[in-house]
Amino acid sequence: MLRIYCPICEEARDEPEYHYAGQAHIVRPSDPDQCSDQEWGEYLYFRSNLRGLHREMWYHAAGCRKFFNVLRDTQSHEVKASYRLGATPPDQEEVRL
Amino acid sequence: MQRYSAFSLFKHALSHHQHWQQAWRNPEPKPYYDIIIVGGGGHGLATAYYLAKEHNIKRIAVLEKGYLGGGNTGRNTTIVRSNYLWDEAAQLYEHALKLWETLSLELNYNVMFSQRGVLNLGHTLQDMRDIERRVSANRLNGIDGEVLDPAGIKKIVPLINTSKNTRYPILGASWQPRGGVARHDAVAWGYARAADALGVDLLQGCGVTGFDLAGDQVKGVQTDRYGTLGAGRVGCVVAGNSSVLAGYAGFELPVESHPLQALVSEPIKPVLDTVVMSNQVHGYISQSDKGDLVIGAGIDSYTGYGQRGSLPVIEHTLAAILELFPMFSRVPMNRQWGGIVDTTPDACPIIGKSPVDNLYFNCGWGTGGFKATPGSGHVFAGCLAEQEIPALAKPFGLDRFYSGALVDEHGAAGVAH
Repeated sequence: MLRIYCPICEEARDEPEYHYAGQAHIVRPSDPDQCSDQEWGEYLYFRSNLRGLHREMWYHAAGCRKFFNVLRDTQSHEVKASYRLGATPPDQEEVRL
Repeated sequence: MQRYSAFSLFKHALSHHQHWQQAWRNPEPKPYYDIIIVGGGGHGLATAYYLAKEHNIKRIAVLEKGYLGGGNTGRNTTIVRSNYLWDEAAQLYEHALKLWETLSLELNYNVMFSQRGVLNLGHTLQDMRDIERRVSANRLNGIDGEVLDPAGIKKIVPLINTSKNTRYPILGASWQPRGGVARHDAVAWGYARAADALGVDLLQGCGVTGFDLAGDQVKGVQTDRYGTLGAGRVGCVVAGNSSVLAGYAGFELPVESHPLQALVSEPIKPVLDTVVMSNQVHGYISQSDKGDLVIGAGIDSYTGYGQRGSLPVIEHTLAAILELFPMFSRVPMNRQWGGIVDTTPDACPIIGKSPVDNLYFNCGWGTGGFKATPGSGHVFAGCLAEQEIPALAKPFGLDRFYSGALVDEHGAAGVAH
């Protein structure tokens, strides 16, 4: 079971308190009407799905009910860091293993 | 290939079973293959088998990082059915089910396919409307199906708790009598043995570390064991690791890899001779020939490559099973494990061309790939061998994520495999 630190509550809690919310830092195209089918499809469906360090969003459903970002190793499931939305991600390279 | 039969069993008994032929060779690789399949699970081995048998391709290799059938093929809960809602998916899975029905004969290998029927329970009025719609759609597609009421369910599974005083009372079910289970390892071994007999090189312990690309074309596969092997075409059938391979070739897939867990109990006497699934309470259960109850449910919500998940998912699964079968509360669980499943946004597979020429992908089967093993191999062999993508595979190309023509099978695939 994952133990995740919530940067808003400033406490580490067990996984069932949270919901996973997918890959982080995906920017919605500023003008969807101008997107080609290719661009819009990529925004909606294509994900990096990294094996290794992955930046992802979690939702603290049974706590502050806020979204925040987590840096997690998808191979070992180790949670490396948590940071607020909009904050600068920790200075660790995303690596493909 | 030495054929298996009652007579050969008798003959070998006379020499104390000391002289059985090895099921497949351990060949040295050739420098060039017409087609290289990456991934030696059920789907990959089936692809190689149909390539050799039906498309008459001579130089085929299957590269497997670990051992044959050691990934999701050896980790699933072995359920086979074809009662999918949409025409495209239903036809693909029904194609597979028809191949299952003659597979043991075809491979001369007992895959222990047992058509013991599959029940999908409904616990709400909306569940029942969905079930009626799905069964009607199935019948229009020539797939067997019936809608049962609780009394009908009780006749098939006397153990099940159909009391009205439960949190989610059972209101009915869909019933596919031709569904069932098969021996998962035997499927991989049977295809491996049959493919090997047709001259396919099965290279185990051979991980792929990259592709040889010339412009937009794949020319070969880089491996950690045999260096670079040249290839005319490459087919990737690596389930949870599809995105990693796509990354080697420089593109992304609409696939996310999640842990999917399953567990088995200690062997007990026969109590359950069919497969019971429930999307609503979220769990499914069958009993293997060995006697253990085989239990599974949904994926862990987060992505992961670790082949293990979290305990809360198992607690949730077992709570659902006990809701259906309170008497199992005292059955001790024996083993628990996880695999990596490659889920897509529409719960349907991706079969066909990739952005790189001559590089093909067969992935995204998510939580329900086992049931499709023969059909998946059969249509993917068609993709690799011919110029045209076979009609059954066409709706499942990567282009659907740009055109929006998704085949939304979350209703029929939501849990349950």
